[in-house]
Amino acid sequence: MVIIGFTHFDELLSALRKRDYTVIGPVARDGAIALDVILSASDLPKGCHDEQQPGSYFLRHEEDEAIFGYVVGPQSWKKYLYPPRLKLFSAKREGKGFEIVSDSATPSPKYAFLGVRPCEIGAIKINDSVFDGGQYSDARYVSTRKDACVIAVNCTRPAGNCFCVSMNTGPRATHAFDLALTEICENGTHHFVVDVGSELGQSILEDVTHRQAEKNEIERALDLLSTSAAGMCKSLETEGLPQLLNDNYEHPEWDDVAKRCLACANCTMVCPTCFCSTVDDITDLTGDHAERWRRWDSCFTSDFTKIAGGNIRMSTRTRYRQWMMHKLAHWHDQFGTSGCVGCGRCITWCPVGIDITHEAQHIRETSISTINS
Amino acid sequence: MKDELANRSLPMSDAMMTYPVTIRKVIWENDDTFTLTLDMNGTLGEFSFLPGQFNMLYVYGIGEAAISISSDPSRTGTLDHTIHRVGTVTTALSQKKRGDVIGVRGPYGSSWPLDVAQKRDVCVITGGIGLAPLRPVIYSLLKKRDEYGRIIILYGGRSPLDLLYRVELERWEDAKNVEVLVTVDRGDSSWKGHIGVVTSLLSYIKLDSRNTIAYVCGPEIMMKYTIDELERRGLPLDRVYLSMERNMKCAVGFCGHCQYGPTFICKDGPVFPLPRIRPLLDRKEL
Repeated sequence: MVIIGFTHFDELLSALRKRDYTVIGPVARDGAIALDVILSASDLPKGCHDEQQPGSYFLRHEEDEAIFGYVVGPQSWKKYLYPPRLKLFSAKREGKGFEIVSDSATPSPKYAFLGVRPCEIGAIKINDSVFDGGQYSDARYVSTRKDACVIAVNCTRPAGNCFCVSMNTGPRATHAFDLALTEICENGTHHFVVDVGSELGQSILEDVTHRQAEKNEIERALDLLSTSAAGMCKSLETEGLPQLLNDNYEHPEWDDVAKRCLACANCTMVCPTCFCSTVDDITDLTGDHAERWRRWDSCFTSDFTKIAGGNIRMSTRTRYRQWMMHKLAHWHDQFGTSGCVGCGRCITWCPVGIDITHEAQHIRETSISTINS
Repeated sequence: MKDELANRSLPMSDAMMTYPVTIRKVIWENDDTFTLTLDMNGTLGEFSFLPGQFNMLYVYGIGEAAISISSDPSRTGTLDHTIHRVGTVTTALSQKKRGDVIGVRGPYGSSWPLDVAQKRDVCVITGGIGLAPLRPVIYSLLKKRDEYGRIIILYGGRSPLDLLYRVELERWEDAKNVEVLVTVDRGDSSWKGHIGVVTSLLSYIKLDSRNTIAYVCGPEIMMKYTIDELERRGLPLDRVYLSMERNMKCAVGFCGHCQYGPTFICKDGPVFPLPRIRPLLDRKEL
């Protein structure tokens, strides 16, 4: 492991830009951490610490110099890998028909993702299995992902709704990164303990002033990460969870959660693995030009399951159940892993603070065996 | 079933790209159901599909709908889609005329497995528009008539005027060792056939439960009662196949809309062996 001093952090950004990366990283905006283009280290959220509780998020500013003092904001990397709105094609009217207009080829952007949390690496791996793991691949996702450089940041403290330890995704990144940083900002020291995860990471590192890490520096970083792991505020018992939920398809808890859930779709928008989308067809006023767009959708929306015979899931009860069972049960059948990485966003950004870990635990403690099992 | 899908005609990277094709013929089957014959010579090159697969049909500026292919898989050059006019896209499709152009992409999804029916009796049980995705099966069975045992087609419609493919139903009945039984929910003065739900037709046939493959497609409630009835008659569940319907936006497993418990109807279905989804059928609002 090596050390990069905070004063040399801008060199890391330069090394990325030199390789034609558009650097995306955390910025403090509108009282939260958002993801956007980073031009220099001064864009990063210095001294910002997030306080998260069910249904609550505060960004607290402190005097310290830490740039990764926050944990996770509402946005995740799916915003770039799988954009909220994407034009699928344009068409123009031709006689009785139409023809597809090939848009001037816009090369898919080459991103360096700066500040990818270990749970988010877990989420990106899940995104990979959704968009590039089966019979079909999403060409844009695949090319963006293939070109992306991942600079991970380990979590030296958990936020109030984190449970990555339960989901086996954090708080330390173990794979699928180019560089992984542990920020140490204490007692007048401000540096990053760096793990190299790939040849690309090694080559980037060579452009940045660094030195070998001392044994005590590595130990301090590992100490912080194990303290962070031990201090997880939440946990989710995953043992047998898919079967448990399947056995409790008619559990009264679904009614109870429906009384609280607003079906607002916030949880699905902030979830780094939720991938549902819909399409919009638009034309200009003349009708001579049409476009087809894909945009994020949510299984909580009213017409999500609409077919000729009507909506399949008519109640909030069945929509919440679909969301949670997809995430924690069906995902295993579909993609071989849980759909949850323990980032806690759905808990934080739920306006009424519904906590997926509490819901699952409650069902576990009051499990009914149904004939549907 | 994955190997069968190797005949997919579209490049994978363009999974969401539609291809303009010309409508060669429009046939109104009843008041609100029509069949579009599409000219597939051109941009799509060699287009082949398996019985039970579907296409995404696109109306310029309006949207897409998932529609089963209802023509003979061995016919080249054209494709039929029988469409129930019910939503925005299908209404727009219903206004199309011969010579108009729509978009098509596909074929998608699983198919009715015909290999398992070799040397066995085949019982096709369908209601309403459910006959459309089964018509390619009937064509395929009749084309190699000697490879199968009895062919029994049980079909239920709302009223005599709602029945699809009436001329063909009579033609199929004339084929060797084929029984076609049709029932309607309510008859009219000209109707001399059966009245009642499609499951009631099962009492008019002798089902060899040890040697029959059943293909079932229709409204979910109809399929549920049909399965109960087949179970009662001792047909092993793994010889029953059914085709499911859900909302679909992408047809390739990315949009999430068609999830049915652990399955995606678009890529795991729409045709399922019954044991795979039997427990799901009892789940309301799944």
